[in-house]
Amino acid sequence: MNARMNRKSLYSWGSAVLLVLLLALLPIYGAPYTVILVTSIIMYAALTVSWVVFSGPTGNVSLAPAAFMGIGIYTAASLGKFLPLPLVILVAAAGSLCLALVVGALTLRLKGLYFSIFTFGLVLLLRQLVLWYEVRFTHTRGRFVVVIDNTTIFYVMLAIFVVLLITAHLLRQSKYGAALEAIGEDEEAAAHAGVNVTAMKTITFGVSALFMGATGAIMATKWTYIDPYIAFDPFFSFMPVLMAVFGGMATFVGPIIGAAVFGLLEELLLTQFPFYYMLMFGIILVVAITYLPNGLTGLVMKWRKGGRTESHANP
Amino acid sequence: MRILEGKKLTKFFGGLAAVSEVDFGVDQGEIVGLIGPNGAGKTTLFNLISGAIIPDSGVLEFKGQKLTGLKAHLVCRAGVARTFQSVRIFPNMSVIGNVSLGGVFGTKTGMSSPAAVVAAEELLDFVGLAGASTTRAGDLTLAHQKRLEVARALATQPEVMLLDELIAGLNLTEAGEVMGLITRIRGRGITILMIEHVMKAIMSICNRIIVLHHGEKIAEGSPAEITSNETVIKIYLGK
Repeated sequence: MNARMNRKSLYSWGSAVLLVLLLALLPIYGAPYTVILVTSIIMYAALTVSWVVFSGPTGNVSLAPAAFMGIGIYTAASLGKFLPLPLVILVAAAGSLCLALVVGALTLRLKGLYFSIFTFGLVLLLRQLVLWYEVRFTHTRGRFVVVIDNTTIFYVMLAIFVVLLITAHLLRQSKYGAALEAIGEDEEAAAHAGVNVTAMKTITFGVSALFMGATGAIMATKWTYIDPYIAFDPFFSFMPVLMAVFGGMATFVGPIIGAAVFGLLEELLLTQFPFYYMLMFGIILVVAITYLPNGLTGLVMKWRKGGRTESHANP
Repeated sequence: MRILEGKKLTKFFGGLAAVSEVDFGVDQGEIVGLIGPNGAGKTTLFNLISGAIIPDSGVLEFKGQKLTGLKAHLVCRAGVARTFQSVRIFPNMSVIGNVSLGGVFGTKTGMSSPAAVVAAEELLDFVGLAGASTTRAGDLTLAHQKRLEVARALATQPEVMLLDELIAGLNLTEAGEVMGLITRIRGRGITILMIEHVMKAIMSICNRIIVLHHGEKIAEGSPAEITSNETVIKIYLGK
């Protein structure tokens, strides 16, 4: 059984490395348009995987991704002129991490829906706060972000994503992965088995936020102009949830597939049916949630296992 | 030696004193029973000891060290483990995963995962779940889930175990087996404080019994003393 597991993990590592190599060569053989499209798919995948790092095992649905992404975006907008890009990204990541630790320590005691609503409130609060600051002190609404060429953005985004995937994988395989799973199953029982629930949740929330902040910082350079409404767009809070649900959360492949499908779909719908974009998006989601409770990957696993389903307790 | 002691423990829920000025003590190696009608405050007392809730007043001591105010995971690591009235395992995790978690996180110094798995296998054997390691915990029968919960608590290497109605809900055979298990746990040098409604179980395995009623301790003594205690008889039989 161990040999089988090893072979299986060898396969998945092998295919992951191959995929990253293929992606890394994309700017050489792909059209510029493809590079831009794939960058945005990787962005979604990064947001979704970092969302799954925390919300997947714990079952606490965070709607804060837009808040952390916004921090990253504003870091790039305000420091991009003064600092080299890697430093900007590090500052963005650190800023998101700090905010997440503070917010996490304050709110992770909140259960279920209350936590979700609070995290969503955080997005709106930060948006208003930044807006107020800009109007009051800088007397502008938006900011220009230092422009960086698309290939660099692509490689940086890919690098962030690879680091994220490795981190997420190691975390899930470690003892802390088991603790997070236990917390998701029964928080109180986990605490009484010796798991420091608050610390575990807060730190994981922070790690997930860190990557969202880094993602925001690099993507801001692609958008060139930002304002609080663009930076703290609730859309970025909902997309990771939808993509994770659509793809399935049992593995990290699910969120990536979800992000890829939705990223392509968004592109297709936006260009072909701009007016029906949101409507069709909504319909696809409703169908996905109704008929694919474990996401696309859940469906595939079900086929492979020959109809044996394993529904998850966390709705 | 006094291993666990509570002094004037009080906890209010709104205006209601769920536990009111309760003094109790448990000596090392004892099996102490905690009985009382529904709503007497037994489980609240367990929650206070295990750090699930904080007392409004009073002091808890474990081996002479203050336990009051410690969070649940620290109480567990200090050496006081518990089970729950309604079984609380991690249903979607494997049986061995449930138990080894206790070893990795709940012991004083923490164990490496491989060491915790080895220890967990031994404990599964001890509670009679050998061979069920890879089963999904939620697929076990209630009786086996209760054993699993005991194994998880044991994995944290406790010195005191709080067992909350371990026997309730089991059939006669299963109940008999669990009583045997409790005695064997004591055989490992672990002190036991147990809540139970099944009188036969309490009377036959406890060294001492504490009776709670409306949050107050109304009696304490050997099984023989308790069965002949008039207040206890009045409350239980309504005479």
